[in-house]
Amino acid sequence: MIRTFSESEFLFIVSSARWTLLLTLLSLLLGGLLGFIVALARTSQLAPLRMLAAGWIGMIQGIPVLMLLFLSYYGLSMGGVDMPPIVAASVSMAIYASAYLGEIWRGSIQSVAWQQWEASAALAMSRAQQYRYVILPQAVRIAVAPTVGFIVQLVKNTSIVSIIGVVELARAGNLVNNATFAPFKVFGTVAAVYFIICWPISLLARRLEGKLNARRSG
Amino acid sequence: MPVVQVEGVRKSFGAVEVLKGIDLTVERGEVIAIIGRSGSGKSTLLRCINGLEGIQAGRIEVSGHKLDASGRGLRDLRKDVGIVFQSYNLFPHLRVGENIMLAPRVVLGVGKAEARQRAEEALAEVGLAERFEAWPDNLSGGQQQRVAIARSLAMKPKVMLFDEVTSALDPELTGEVLQTMERLAQHGMTMLLVTHEMAFARRVATQTIFMHQGKVWEVGPSERIFGAPQTPELRQFLGTGLK
Repeated sequence: MIRTFSESEFLFIVSSARWTLLLTLLSLLLGGLLGFIVALARTSQLAPLRMLAAGWIGMIQGIPVLMLLFLSYYGLSMGGVDMPPIVAASVSMAIYASAYLGEIWRGSIQSVAWQQWEASAALAMSRAQQYRYVILPQAVRIAVAPTVGFIVQLVKNTSIVSIIGVVELARAGNLVNNATFAPFKVFGTVAAVYFIICWPISLLARRLEGKLNARRSG
Repeated sequence: MPVVQVEGVRKSFGAVEVLKGIDLTVERGEVIAIIGRSGSGKSTLLRCINGLEGIQAGRIEVSGHKLDASGRGLRDLRKDVGIVFQSYNLFPHLRVGENIMLAPRVVLGVGKAEARQRAEEALAEVGLAERFEAWPDNLSGGQQQRVAIARSLAMKPKVMLFDEVTSALDPELTGEVLQTMERLAQHGMTMLLVTHEMAFARRVATQTIFMHQGKVWEVGPSERIFGAPQTPELRQFLGTGLK
C-alpha cells in the first residue's frame, strides 16, 4: 500500500532530526575533548607523545568512518560488548571527529608565531601558562573557521549511521520514501532540514570571527 | 656580588661553535654594550643568559640563580632577567595594560590592584602612560618596543637584556626607544645590550665588549674601546661601522 506524503510523514522526518542533532552534539563533545588532547600531544615537547598523536591522526584519517562504525557496532558485539546502535554511532563519530579536530587544532596552535612562545618563556611562564594565557587565545581565532567547516561536515556525515539502524534524518527520509514513493518531496524535506541545521552554524561562525578580529584592533 | 656572571660558556649549533668560552661579569648598575659583526655570537650570548638557548659548557649565574648545561632553575632565573627583542613580540590579543600585567599576575602571583599599579608605573617610565587601553596593533613600532620594555620592567628584573631592539625601527622611532633606554640607565637599571648604535653605546654604556669569532675580543670602558681600540679587528670594525 502506498501512503501519501502528508503531515505525519513530514513530522516523522523533522522529529528524527533530533537524533542527527544528538549524534552531532555527542560526537562533538566527546571528539572535541579527545581532539584537544590529541592537539596538545601533537604539539608536545615529548617526542613519544607527538608520535602517538600523529599515529592516531594518521590511522583514523586513513580508515573510512563506515569501518569505524562497523568495528564499534559489530566488532564489539562479537567480543561480547552489546552496544545500542546510538552509542556505537556516537563513539565511532567521536573517534572520527577527534582525529580531524586534533589535526585542525594542531595547525592552529602551530600557526601562532614562535616568538610568542619565546616572549612568554622569557617572562618566566610555565608551559601550561604559555598555553593558557598566550598561545591558545590566539590559536582559537585561527581555529574558528576550519572548526566550523568541520562541524558542518560532521552534521552531514552523521547520515552514515543509518546503516546500523539508527533512524536519524537520512534514514527517516529513506523509510518515508519507501512508503510514499515521493522522492522529491521526501528528500527535499530532508535536505531542507539539514540546511536549517547547518546554515545557522555557518552564520554564527562568521559573526564570531568578525567579533574576534574586531577585538584585536578595536 | 655581580648581577651577572658568565664563565667559560660554550655554545654550538650543530657542528658550528658560536660561543668559544665566554667570560663576562656585570656589576649592579652597570650598562654594558656588546658590539660586533653579525655572526660574532653576541645575540646568542644574550639569549644564553636567560636560557632561551642552552649551553654546552660553562656556567651562568644571575643574581644567585645558577644555570648550567642541565637547564634546571630556569624559571627562577627568568623572573630576575628581562629581555627585549628586535621584533617586540607583544601579545596581540591583549591590550597594552594586560600585556604588562599578565606575567606579574600569573608568574609572580601579584594581586590585580598591585599588577595594575606596576603596569602604570612601567608605562609611565617608558612615556606611554596614556596608552594603557590601546591595542598593540594600533601602536607604532617605537611605541610597541617601549611597551615591550615596560612589560619586562613590571617583573622588576635585576637586569635587562636588549637584543638589537632598534634594528627594525626607522631613525625617528629608534631615537625614542634609545631615549627610553638611556632614562632606564640613569635610573640605575643594570643593562646588557647588543646594539649597532655605536654612538649610543659610547655615550651610555659604562663598558663595551667587542665580540669577534665567538670570543670576547676586546673589553673595556666605552670611551677607550671607541677612542683607542687595541686590536686590528676592532679598529677595522669601527672603521667600517662608525662614520
